[in-house]
Amino acid sequence: MTFDIQKIRADFPILKREVHGRPLVYFDNAATTQKPQSVIDALVEYYSSYNANIHRGIHALAEEATLRYEATRQSVADFIGAPSADCIVFTRNTTESINLVAHSWGRKTLEPGDEIVISAMEHHSDIVPWQLLAETTGAVLRVLPIDGEGGLRWDEVESLVGEKTKLVAVTQMSNVLGTINPIAQIVKLAHSHGARVLVDAAQSIPHMPVDVQELEADFVAFSAHKMLGPTGVGVLYAPQALLEEMDPFLAGGEMIRRVSFEDSTWNDVPWKFEAGTPNIADVCAFSASLDYLADLGMENVRAHEIEMVAAAMRRLSEIECVTIYGPKNPEDRGGVVAFNVDDIHPHDLGTVLDQHGVAIRAGHHCAQPLMGELDVVATARASFYIYNFEEELDALVEGIDAAARMFRAPARTGA
Amino acid sequence: MPQPVPEPEFDELYRELILDHYRSPRHHEPLSEPDVVAEGYNPLCGDEVEIRLTFSNGAVRDLSFHGRGCSISQASGSMLSDLVIGKNADEIRTLSGLFTTMMREPEGESPEELGDLEAFQGVAKFPARVKCATLAWHTLEDGLTQHEQGGHAVRREE
Repeated sequence: MTFDIQKIRADFPILKREVHGRPLVYFDNAATTQKPQSVIDALVEYYSSYNANIHRGIHALAEEATLRYEATRQSVADFIGAPSADCIVFTRNTTESINLVAHSWGRKTLEPGDEIVISAMEHHSDIVPWQLLAETTGAVLRVLPIDGEGGLRWDEVESLVGEKTKLVAVTQMSNVLGTINPIAQIVKLAHSHGARVLVDAAQSIPHMPVDVQELEADFVAFSAHKMLGPTGVGVLYAPQALLEEMDPFLAGGEMIRRVSFEDSTWNDVPWKFEAGTPNIADVCAFSASLDYLADLGMENVRAHEIEMVAAAMRRLSEIECVTIYGPKNPEDRGGVVAFNVDDIHPHDLGTVLDQHGVAIRAGHHCAQPLMGELDVVATARASFYIYNFEEELDALVEGIDAAARMFRAPARTGA
Repeated sequence: MPQPVPEPEFDELYRELILDHYRSPRHHEPLSEPDVVAEGYNPLCGDEVEIRLTFSNGAVRDLSFHGRGCSISQASGSMLSDLVIGKNADEIRTLSGLFTTMMREPEGESPEELGDLEAFQGVAKFPARVKCATLAWHTLEDGLTQHEQGGHAVRREE
């Protein structure tokens, strides 16, 4: 083990609970992660000791809340290697971050015939905003195909990204296949054609070291709740100069400098994009999750997940009727394993696993076009994090065996 | 600490009769010369069903059901086929109404008319799975309507 799992587990109160009389085995971390006591305490601390609205009050609580909120912005910048806190916009989630870019950058930039390039493995949140943007602006959406192992086909990337491309929007780590995409290479290619790159980092930043300046990405979107933090906080990173070029997103209080009935002027970035009272409590508590991950070290988190995913793939591939999707080499993928058991529907499998205390995701994972590419209606997905350990895979395997006994038709098993 | 919500009974969801119909579906061979083909699709779950119908004297003469999806969606199609063959559109719509009502009432009684379909009563306690059970029935009703309107094919998305 890369680090002391039992010590880590002791920090997560929810991991002590049972589900259907079995110890909880939480393998749905790509959907959302559990929270350590320090994050829960930070939420309670905000509400019990410095709850106030930020940026406007002339009193001690308001000043303290403002300081803590803005300190988190700095922590986020440090965590992802951003040059300054001014590059960090708080949103509700990754989806909102992407929509912000589509609205505030895309609408004023794209013209009829311009191209937006996405990949076949994108989450709906990195497809639909671009479809709407294409509809509004007359731009065209192009899709990078994937190969049999779920990797981008580089020859196609090189032929699809060209002079007409204005934006490449691509995930750094697929939430279904676990594929890790070569972002730096994509950015280099896109920039050589004058195109911007948006990175959906919802699955990558929580699980591996990411330095946004090293990547040279233009936009990076991710969520707090997938990295031990509270729900309701998303992040958009963009270089300050780029943020300054962009139009406002939502309009209202906080995002303005001066308002009259004739016109208004905008606040500086990043506050220009944070209209209304933000999610102060959850942003402040997000700081505790960043501290937790920084203490562990993201290199160690990544190493642990490679071990976990290698063990999972080994155990699953020992079961005859299991099909695993995505890259074969654990080093090439994130801590995610999508699979199917014979032709048992993942919802049936998920229900049986739940009876064994095992929480997995079953369905299309908000990636219906990818399901089409894989020629499946849905898959089961086990996804891991810092508190998972190899012995937990026993319950997964046991549950799969039980489901196979329950649902496989005699004719189909040849028995 | 708040008490966890009461757990719906796993065994009530997967009654043996449902599993039996899923493993060995009835009327599964697609009719070769159907009067109507009705397809149903639930993109959220990925459940797909296809019902083929022939009619004589205003009643369903024969019906075939096949598809792919979860055990609940496939067993529902298999079990309804046993029940509705030989019945007319009004009788079938009444049964479909009774079935849909049963799916909405976790604590209700299963009406006698539904016979073995009483096995689905436990599904009502799993709200996420109710649509799996009703997909075949709604698709069948589409097929009946299509026939009345003189059409031959219909497809629904739930």
